[in-house]
Amino acid sequence: MTTTATTTGQTVLDARGVTMRFGGLTAVRGVDLTVRSGEIVGLIGPNGAGKTTFFNCLTGLYTPTEGEVRYKDTVLPPTSYKVTAAGIARTFQNIRLFANMTVLENVLVGRHTRTKEGFWSAVLRGPGFHKAEAASRARATELLEFVGLAAKADHLARNLPYGEQRKLEIARALASEPGLLLLDEPTAGMNPQETRATEELVFAIRDQGIAVLVIEHDMRFIFNLCDRVAVLVQGEKLIEGDSATVQGDERVVAAYLGEPLENDPGAAEAAEVEAAEAHADTPHDTAAGKENDR
Amino acid sequence: MTTQTTTPKTPDTPAPGSPTGLIGIPAPLGRALATGGGALTVLSTFLAWTWTDAFPGDLTVYGYPGGLQVLVLIAGALTTLLGLASYGVKGLRWLVPAGADAALKFAALGAFATTWYTVIAISAQLGGVVNLEPGGYLAAAVTLIALLGALALPFERPEPDPFDPDDTGWDKARHRAAQNWATVKAALAGTTPRPRKPLPTWAEILVIVAVLALALTVFTYGIGTEYDELFVGFLITAGLGFTALHRTGLITHISELTARHQNTTVFGAFLAAALFPFTQTDDQYATIGVYILIFATVALGLNIVVGLAGLLDLGYVAFLGVGAYAASLVSGSPSSPFDVHFPFWAAVLVGAAASLVFGVLIGAPTLRLRGDYLAIVTLGFGEIFRITANNLDGTSGPDVTNGSNGIAGIPDLKILGFDFGTPHDIAGFTIGRFANYFFLMLLITAVVVLVFRRSGDSRIGRAWVAIREDETAALAMGINGFRVKLIAFAVGASLAGLAGTVQAHVTYTVTPEQYLFAGTTPPNSAFLLAAVVLGGMGTIGGPLLGAALLFLIPNKLQFLGDYQLFAFGVALVLLMRFRPEGLIPNRRRQLEFHEEADAPAALGKTGA
Ligand SMILES: Nc1ncnc2c1ncn2[C@@H]1O[C@H](COP(=O)(O)OP(=O)(O)OP(=O)(O)O)[C@@H](O)[C@H]1O
Ligand SMILES: [Mg+2]
Repeated sequence: MTTTATTTGQTVLDARGVTMRFGGLTAVRGVDLTVRSGEIVGLIGPNGAGKTTFFNCLTGLYTPTEGEVRYKDTVLPPTSYKVTAAGIARTFQNIRLFANMTVLENVLVGRHTRTKEGFWSAVLRGPGFHKAEAASRARATELLEFVGLAAKADHLARNLPYGEQRKLEIARALASEPGLLLLDEPTAGMNPQETRATEELVFAIRDQGIAVLVIEHDMRFIFNLCDRVAVLVQGEKLIEGDSATVQGDERVVAAYLGEPLENDPGAAEAAEVEAAEAHADTPHDTAAGKENDR
Repeated sequence: MTTQTTTPKTPDTPAPGSPTGLIGIPAPLGRALATGGGALTVLSTFLAWTWTDAFPGDLTVYGYPGGLQVLVLIAGALTTLLGLASYGVKGLRWLVPAGADAALKFAALGAFATTWYTVIAISAQLGGVVNLEPGGYLAAAVTLIALLGALALPFERPEPDPFDPDDTGWDKARHRAAQNWATVKAALAGTTPRPRKPLPTWAEILVIVAVLALALTVFTYGIGTEYDELFVGFLITAGLGFTALHRTGLITHISELTARHQNTTVFGAFLAAALFPFTQTDDQYATIGVYILIFATVALGLNIVVGLAGLLDLGYVAFLGVGAYAASLVSGSPSSPFDVHFPFWAAVLVGAAASLVFGVLIGAPTLRLRGDYLAIVTLGFGEIFRITANNLDGTSGPDVTNGSNGIAGIPDLKILGFDFGTPHDIAGFTIGRFANYFFLMLLITAVVVLVFRRSGDSRIGRAWVAIREDETAALAMGINGFRVKLIAFAVGASLAGLAGTVQAHVTYTVTPEQYLFAGTTPPNSAFLLAAVVLGGMGTIGGPLLGAALLFLIPNKLQFLGDYQLFAFGVALVLLMRFRPEGLIPNRRRQLEFHEEADAPAALGKTGA
């Protein structure tokens, strides 16, 4: 395993004034966010708020128009693979596995930054190569056991059911031994049991000393899980605080429902859940909040 | 007039639940006809099929099959065997782990097609069916009976999906055609074989040896076919016969075996290939052998670039050219401007290094491009190489390559006193010049296979495949995409350069016209890519098989003449339509455990 639970408080991620413009559209506007080690931080906001774009800025898929991102006090270059090498790993909102590789191979690819064997080492196959390969495989198998996919190591990634594809993405991200894990809607498309299992998984990851920043539309999931929640609305950070603060804030509810509300927001939410349940074929227990992005 | 039911019916839709055949003969009778027809087919090959030996291959002798009859004999024997196996005859069950019926159809079709092709060829060439002897008529009749019998065997029909009553006539016709096609496909489809009984290791290795020996025999036979008709017959019999074996599930079992004993198989395959020159009495077919080997080796190198890393390189033959030119310039050839004669090992290093440099020079600016752009740029660079080689002739530019005349008179190699230019006697066999080079080229092939296997199954190989599968995700996993792609490009280039150094000596002369984008003689960039795609991307066997076929077919079928490229194009289109994964599909595809259960697709949302 990696490190034991590090001292809480060290700043892992420090994003300062991140702004992303696409032509005339400002998808992210001056967002500051810090994540400290041992923390699970949630990022919520209505569809199109810029959450995924913000993630892409953090991980170097996009070069932010303004602002900088620091990981443990070093400014990150806006290059995807360098960010991963530095210690930030991520999953994708629309699953991006290597579909025609096996489950194990997917995780082994995740080990890329933590192994060194190059072309010549592969062709010559000295003892060092075999040792490194065996170690990689052992670590990958361990991670598959951790997420519960060890039995399917030899299956092709694309043949996994949906929920397991998401788990595999997490295992693949963990293989790069990150200090910070970014999860983009890890429970989208999952049933309540699977969501619960994912919750446990995220806690287990945190307990290994990995900080987690998670985007999710499932409010119950977010408020169960997160030490802190930031709300993004139209590219700007509206509010940040613990679950109670965010849940009680009228502006958040207004941002989700589109208009200010004078009465109790909880009642409005309950009404909405009822409406959603009326539409759904399979009755599921109280899935509070908005889960519209499937 | 009875009431019109709304449920539409195709004429031959059977009652559900009772599987029937494509043809309305009762299944037991069909099975008997197929088996008996197969046996009679074997018999008929011992009769004379025509009265004159104007048709090649000695089809006039009683009691001794010749030429095309041998192929029919094999197909007939296979039909008989599968027919007997379909009765559940003891001792033949190992032959059909996935059931015999679908295989029987293909075997009968093979016997039928080869026979009828022969009979028609005789009639057409000699002017009329009067030239057939009774044996020919008998063969034609019994193979037809066997085929009809086989087609009457029952199979699981696909669920018919109902017509939309609002369809226009054209739509209905299309719908019906699609339905019929699905039915035919189901009739010929195979099933998953039952699991293999484990054998002792020595037995498994014996099986592999037997399979390799068979492969060598088939290949040697194909390469040695002396006239067009025999080669066409060979292609028909081999193609359909192989498909039949595939349907029995035997091939699946054998590939499991070879996967278990990978090193043994690879070693055995090289041994079998090395035995090839010993099966030949003169150097004629060794020539074809060495050219196939050069072509196949370069195709395998390209497979690293295209099959593993997914980089579409349309100018790959240029790297072969760079290697060949580099080796020829230092070979001591009189037309080389450099008056040096390097030993072969040094020439190999020079050739591979020159290709490597050229590969990096081309790759560094272009590999930042994705997809189609890379293809176009590499195509351009391939042509630039050829035209430059053409112009470095002393008039249009400095005199380096001797222009369109090329570097001629490249001397034969001498390694450790072994002269590649003269025949040698080894164990009673005479090994000629081309056979000598065949062995040398086989060594180079071994190097390329080794590099392909080892790099493919390692950190760098996984990075290549990851880039091919999803470049964005690969980058997010910490893979330096540009660097990894450049390595693939450089490795591919060096391997082609390696092959080029041998090619220069085999062909005596190196000219720019050997390195076209597309031409009638392989290797050229288009044929190389075709060999990879035809054989199977990302595999080792695929490009080797694809290159052998693509070399032999134009070489053997001289009558195609000017239509060769056209036929090639049509064949490629058909292949892409019906078997896009190539003749030898990737191992990864064989790992699909849940082929029928639709895999959940990732959300179709845009954005990373
Ligand atoms: N590459 C791009 N080019 C132009 N516009 C983009 C690009 N990527 C995102 N956008 C826009 O930026 C805005 C924010 O999108 P983003 O995907 O970040 O939202 P989100 O908060 O993740 O929403 P969701 O909850 O639906 O996932 C949207 O209006 C989107 O159309
Ligand atoms: Mg998003």
